[in-house]
Amino acid sequence: MRLLALALHRLLWFVPTLLGLLVVTFVISRVVPADPVALVAGETATPAQVEALRRQLGYDRPLPVQFVDYLARLARGDMGESLFTRRPILDDLTHRLPATIELTVVAMLASVLVGIPLGVLSALWRNSLLDHALRVLTVSGLAIAGFWLGIMLQLLFSMRLGWTPLNGRLPGFPPRGITGLYLVDAALTWDWSTFVTALAHLALPAATLAFPALATLVRFTRAGVLDVMQSNFVLYERAMGLPRPLIVWKYILRSALTSTVTQIGLLFGILLAGAVVTEAVFDWPGIGTYAVSSIVRSDYNAVMGFTVWAGVIFIVVNLLVDLALTLVDPRERVS
Amino acid sequence: MAELLAVRGLRVDFATDRGPAQVLDAINLDIAAGEVVGLVGESGCGKTTLARAILGILPEGAARIRGGEVRFRGTDLLTQDPAIVNERVRGRAITFIPQDPFSSFSPLFPVGTQIMDLMKWKSPRAREQARPAALFGRYPRGRHRADHEAVLEALRAVQIPEPARAMRRLPHEFSGGQRQRLMIAMALLPQPDLIIADEPTTALDVTIQAQILRLLRALVKERGVSVLFTTHDLGTAHELCDRVVVMYAGQEMEAAPTDAFFGRPAHPYTRRLLESVPGPDGLIRDIPGEVPSLVTPPGGCRFHPRCDHATAECRVERPAPRELAEGHRVRCHHPVDAPAGAGA
Amino acid sequence: MSTAWFVVTRLGRDRSALIGLVLIALLVLAALLAPLLATHPDDVFELHPSERLRAPSGAHWLGTDRMGADVYSRLLFGARITILIGLIAVGASLVIGVPIGLLAGYHHGWASDLLMRVSDIFLAVPQVVLAIAIAQTLGPSLPNVILALSVTYWPWFARVVYAETRALQKEVFVESTAALGASPWRLTVLHVLPNIASPIIVRASIGMGFTILTAAALGFLGLGPPPPTPEWGRTIAESREFLPDAWWYAAAPGLAIFLTVMGFNLLGDGLRDVLDPRLRRSPARDG
Repeated sequence: MRLLALALHRLLWFVPTLLGLLVVTFVISRVVPADPVALVAGETATPAQVEALRRQLGYDRPLPVQFVDYLARLARGDMGESLFTRRPILDDLTHRLPATIELTVVAMLASVLVGIPLGVLSALWRNSLLDHALRVLTVSGLAIAGFWLGIMLQLLFSMRLGWTPLNGRLPGFPPRGITGLYLVDAALTWDWSTFVTALAHLALPAATLAFPALATLVRFTRAGVLDVMQSNFVLYERAMGLPRPLIVWKYILRSALTSTVTQIGLLFGILLAGAVVTEAVFDWPGIGTYAVSSIVRSDYNAVMGFTVWAGVIFIVVNLLVDLALTLVDPRERVS
Repeated sequence: MAELLAVRGLRVDFATDRGPAQVLDAINLDIAAGEVVGLVGESGCGKTTLARAILGILPEGAARIRGGEVRFRGTDLLTQDPAIVNERVRGRAITFIPQDPFSSFSPLFPVGTQIMDLMKWKSPRAREQARPAALFGRYPRGRHRADHEAVLEALRAVQIPEPARAMRRLPHEFSGGQRQRLMIAMALLPQPDLIIADEPTTALDVTIQAQILRLLRALVKERGVSVLFTTHDLGTAHELCDRVVVMYAGQEMEAAPTDAFFGRPAHPYTRRLLESVPGPDGLIRDIPGEVPSLVTPPGGCRFHPRCDHATAECRVERPAPRELAEGHRVRCHHPVDAPAGAGA
Repeated sequence: MSTAWFVVTRLGRDRSALIGLVLIALLVLAALLAPLLATHPDDVFELHPSERLRAPSGAHWLGTDRMGADVYSRLLFGARITILIGLIAVGASLVIGVPIGLLAGYHHGWASDLLMRVSDIFLAVPQVVLAIAIAQTLGPSLPNVILALSVTYWPWFARVVYAETRALQKEVFVESTAALGASPWRLTVLHVLPNIASPIIVRASIGMGFTILTAAALGFLGLGPPPPTPEWGRTIAESREFLPDAWWYAAAPGLAIFLTVMGFNLLGDGLRDVLDPRLRRSPARDG
């Protein structure tokens, strides 16, 4: 019951932010360019065609009216049509969403499952060789350009060593299934050869995407664990001779994790930002490549559609993380 | 009389910016079975360090034990295999009551979970385990039930209302006094021989301090458990302890049964300390001078710079313990004979 | 000014911060002295198609690119672009963000809430996404990239300044100075600003790193300054079709980006440790 009240409370924050984002994208698409209609019409349109388009799109009406109309359309799910594919943008985006989700989730899992234990060990064995190696990794993680890392990995593992495929998600037909997530579908239909191939294709892009997230997680967890190790309850547990693995992996980690969960939202931000260029590098058929090819083709509406979509997803995920934090930290429930 | 705990010549250094601080200088301490010993002294005299050294939980990087022995039931804990000490001594034969009950529980787990985790590894009913796989060690159903009963019993003994419901609550749902009672219960559950209580009521409200301490004393006397109880409050020591040991700047100065300590203090420092407690006339008689630096401590008896009776000998050689009467030991070259004057 | 000296000496003891400083110095030198340090300074504009895609050699230290231009020389001139973008974008963000943060922090009203809510929106979405939208709308060019980056980065400054100003208001010394009748201006300049200087400096250093990365990403996507500008991100994009053979073509600019950003990150971390050890900001919160 209290949880519901909290959820509603958080939602109250979420709505204005979402609205604000829509205002920003509206401003970028209508107010910022010199002539938004000319942009949409393209370079080859004649002035007469541009004018006709202006009336057709309703860009001649006052801005506030346009904004309301914009909101109304978005509510209906109408983001306009892609100038290139001539299909509704929302359809294009939803079609490509599973690929991005699969990539992002795998990257997130990889960084969490590897990063958190490494962070704990780094804190426990402070100033050891492992710790120093990890410190180097964490600093590099946030300094390497994601797209460059992807290209270098391709160069080494695909081109030179031939260990993984170069790009794409899957050659041939996707596994039958409902989720659109190839790994899940392949597993559900017991199609293990497809599963393995899909995994091979996922390897490099997920690694590229995960790298900065991993670096952040290791750094974070390390700091969190070091901090918690100074706590009085850890002292008490040591004084009472509780076994060290119990103290570390049950009590210390749990405390350190509460601060890490707040970072998952940020982590997601890193991943989403990286997904755009990573997909471009690996020709991964997700919404990131959609954005990139739309940029190249000056498919202006499509890029705006992507921005709104990405923004919404991001805000929603943050909301979910906030709620998750409430569950994880019992103290939050009282506040 | 065989001592339960005998500390001999313990030396501990702490690393500081300005060089090693000699926090404990060849400390001797005795605790007999069933005895409540108070360790008094000003802040910074080393009592908490001594308590932690006995438990073996000094901060790993910063503190170094330079010498001496800590004999518990005859064996020197400092030379034993640390894994064995951790398993058999800490939390079993010797337990701990911390100073700050507010932060000594993990805020994320119900107190029941934390207490049962303790019981899983430290219950008196547990068989010695060869090599505990800590997270996944077995907790036999029968023992779990018996331990659970024992915990509820202990909670009742420390006057926690509705013990079964209390177990499911989180630490922040209890008051400070209640949390300290929980700590007392946890210290008694493993049926230890010795409890080390580090200023257990300093963080609590004055009104409940006395209550908690009396409860503790009653419980330990019932069970014949020894207590080493550090405090800077002389009044508390007087009320609760069988014997009192006073420390100054990392050296123990005098150890005596309570009556003798307060009635016939022999060490000049003890006398000054007792006199400095505000008397009925409200006057405060300070001890002139300052607490010395532990990085460059005074030689010999560390009180000599502030002592009226100091001679050349005091500056050079630390006095050996001298037994003045039964159980009354003092480390001074010029102990005072007359009974104490006004003040205490 | 003794605090400045204190900062410098403390920083000097931090080995990684020093490494950062060295890397940044190298970048600045490369940018400033590009015409002198370059072996083929004209290759920014000239084409030598006959010499395309040569491996690194004595004549071309880092090989040649698809137009036959010397990769090393173009890299040096690219450093100029990088610094320019970084400095102006972060500078502009600072100039926009700090006053907004101060205003919002100082006043307590709907205006202040509104300002912070606006900045929250920009912080809600990854910088890249918004920057792409803006840069694409305006068209690929150097000023547009800088604009896109400034518009999306100012909220980080605003937020830091807002938090610090609010925290300072609670400090007794601010209350007492105001009670003594000091004007808001005086209060701000003499008392508030010096206290918020440290977080701003830290944010600026870390911001340089992130801005440079985002700028490179924009360049990679084709939204940056158009050819023949030797922008590092675009160079990497150009090099892709010639892999794996002409590996130097892709490796060199990427390494340059890496070392540059690393430099700013290390310096920023060092500054943070020195200037305010109790300022335990989450490292990943840095944008």
